[in-house]
Amino acid sequence: MSHETATDQKHAGQHRKQKKYVSERAKSEKRLGWLLAGPAFIMMLLVTLYPILQAFFDSLFAFRLTAPDEREFIWFANYITVLGDSVWWRDFGVTVIITVITVAVELVLGFALAIVMNKAIKSLRGLLRTAILVPYGIITVVSAYAWFYAFDINSGYVNSWFGWLPGIDQDLNWFAEFWPSLSVIMASEIWKTTPFISLLLLAGLSQVPGELTEAAEVDGASWWERMRKVIIPNMKAAIMVAVLFRALDAFRIFDNVFIMTNGAHGTEVLSLLAYRTSITRLEIGLGSAISVLLFICVLIISFIAVKGFKVDLAGSQEGK
Amino acid sequence: MPNQPAGKPARKRVTAAMFTLIASSLVLSGCGPAQADNTLTWYINPDDGGQAAIAEKCTEESGGEYRIETSLLPSDAAAQREQLARRLAAGDASLDIMSIDPPFIPELAEPGFLAPIPEDVAERTTKNVLEGAMAGATWKDELVAVPFWANTQILWYRKSVAEAAGLDMSKPVTWKQIMDAAMEQDKYLGVQGAQAESMTVWVNALIESSGGEILKNPEAPADELELGLTSDAGRTAAEIIGTIGDEGLGGPGLATSTENDSMIQFQSDKGSFMVNYPFVWPATKAAVEAGTLEQSVLDDIGWALYPQTVDGQDTAPPLGGINLAVGAQSDNVELAYKAIECIVQPENQATYFVTNGNPPSNVEAYKDPRVEKQFPMAPTIRDSLELAAPRPQTPYYNEISTGIQQTWSPPGGVEPDITPAESEDFITAVLRGEKLL
Repeated sequence: MSHETATDQKHAGQHRKQKKYVSERAKSEKRLGWLLAGPAFIMMLLVTLYPILQAFFDSLFAFRLTAPDEREFIWFANYITVLGDSVWWRDFGVTVIITVITVAVELVLGFALAIVMNKAIKSLRGLLRTAILVPYGIITVVSAYAWFYAFDINSGYVNSWFGWLPGIDQDLNWFAEFWPSLSVIMASEIWKTTPFISLLLLAGLSQVPGELTEAAEVDGASWWERMRKVIIPNMKAAIMVAVLFRALDAFRIFDNVFIMTNGAHGTEVLSLLAYRTSITRLEIGLGSAISVLLFICVLIISFIAVKGFKVDLAGSQEGK
Repeated sequence: MPNQPAGKPARKRVTAAMFTLIASSLVLSGCGPAQADNTLTWYINPDDGGQAAIAEKCTEESGGEYRIETSLLPSDAAAQREQLARRLAAGDASLDIMSIDPPFIPELAEPGFLAPIPEDVAERTTKNVLEGAMAGATWKDELVAVPFWANTQILWYRKSVAEAAGLDMSKPVTWKQIMDAAMEQDKYLGVQGAQAESMTVWVNALIESSGGEILKNPEAPADELELGLTSDAGRTAAEIIGTIGDEGLGGPGLATSTENDSMIQFQSDKGSFMVNYPFVWPATKAAVEAGTLEQSVLDDIGWALYPQTVDGQDTAPPLGGINLAVGAQSDNVELAYKAIECIVQPENQATYFVTNGNPPSNVEAYKDPRVEKQFPMAPTIRDSLELAAPRPQTPYYNEISTGIQQTWSPPGGVEPDITPAESEDFITAVLRGEKLL
């Protein structure tokens, strides 16, 4: 044991010793790096950290914008109110449902599209990528309105076009109940952001070394085996980035719900709850507490994604 | 060293460019030359250009004493309230004149965001103003805004349907009668069942029409407010809404139906009776002129007072409209009130009605010959405004309204034995800060 400890210490000493001998060029590159990234980093702190701290500070007060004289410091009472309320948990459930379903569907569809784009003959590749990207280029509010008007019982054409499908008829009011409303909201979200995920996955797909798949093919591996044992493991980083980005986006969904139902019939999501409490009710304290909790949820999702995929993006960059 | 000579002019160019950038962004952000001292900003709700025209007219009439500039608020009344409340709370001095929906006035008056109205101005601007409009401009027995135009819902009906049902529309009709008529003839009733402000308007009108009230003590603090939803009046309101929802009388789009949706359904073959605002008339006429609607539809449309909830008991129709208030932080309070006196002149109200379809709050304006020519139902609108009841006037109106919207929508789910009690418990808990909304 003591021998091991001595060896460890020796190695650690060597590491420290090695660290001391950083070349002048590396040092100056590091300095340049800080000089280049420093202003952006400070700016980022100012524009992100300050509002977060301000929101946390405000969340400790009972404060209504139209009753400024009644502002009162109440410690964490707002958090207790929020977390003890069924509305928060209902909205949390709806947000999680939207996140899980849309990300899962987008991942499968996006992967399929990425394979198509990757395999497409060179002359068609550009056109295909552009065509696939069109929905992503549309502003979310515009796409939400387009989907709303398509499904709306008064102005929509979906009921008459798809009346031959079971369950759909002229009198179906999509936005009058929970599941039909949520289905349209999720479908519009999937339609709009699948191209983004497919592009990220395409980047990952093109990074898989060709010799690996060829070797697997020569060894007699089937398409599915090549996919499962060679391609997907080599795309882990790309998949993680895609899942993380989309999960965070989906968890903060706002526009689609705001435009299509405004949270009616139980379709409210957490960011809409935060908006309604802070902006519509003008309850700054309570709304800030909801925003802080939403921020913590986002941090937890990031943590789970990074830990769950066990990908060290920084490490790979340093060539470890 | 070799770079230095070239560097100096380059630095100068960069400095000059930065200076230009800062200067131009300051100008663009409004830090340019200050506005003239007598310029008033009037925050208006969207219309067909009527308020801008009045602003121009009053500017001319003032002979240079003041100049009114208009600034457009969002289209939704709730969003208008949000913007005004945020600006007022931040002490924005540009809020010289504001167009405000009546139910939102107490919330802005209570913290002192509105400049007090001088007595002589109050006296001059409220002469001959309809009672309902006065109620919507008052908070704690004090006039806090000047009534400008007043809106109300009347009963629109298809003459053919009323005739087939044997209804004498020259006499008051009840909700039961119109529901029976629609059911018998397999037609749809035009009501607004969406989870929106229109739902509060409907519930309030039904409860007030049977002698009840949503809020018993509107001036009390939030945790002491007492609701009247579980009264007999609340139960009757729930019975009417629930039946229309259950029986499918409002059509398949009822749960998401707004004022515009109701109008479109009313104009179709399935139309029978509809409660809605006067905008329906110019909109229908415009559709006929545009060729999207048959003239026969317009000829078949009649109007009457809002239906009675209890047979023989006066109806209390919904009240809306716009009142004008002055921001307490305005630099031109005195001038703003002078401008308001000009804006609300009966002549301007009459012009605004015939050009934009928004009914006057002043009785005198209804005497203008242009009014009855353009709006043959103007006398009905005026009578409706005499009977109209405002929605609860309280600083916590938003909580009460949103609570009602969430518990009384969709109409198909409204149960007389459950909904009023659930709604009352929920809103009370929200007002006490025990529940989220």
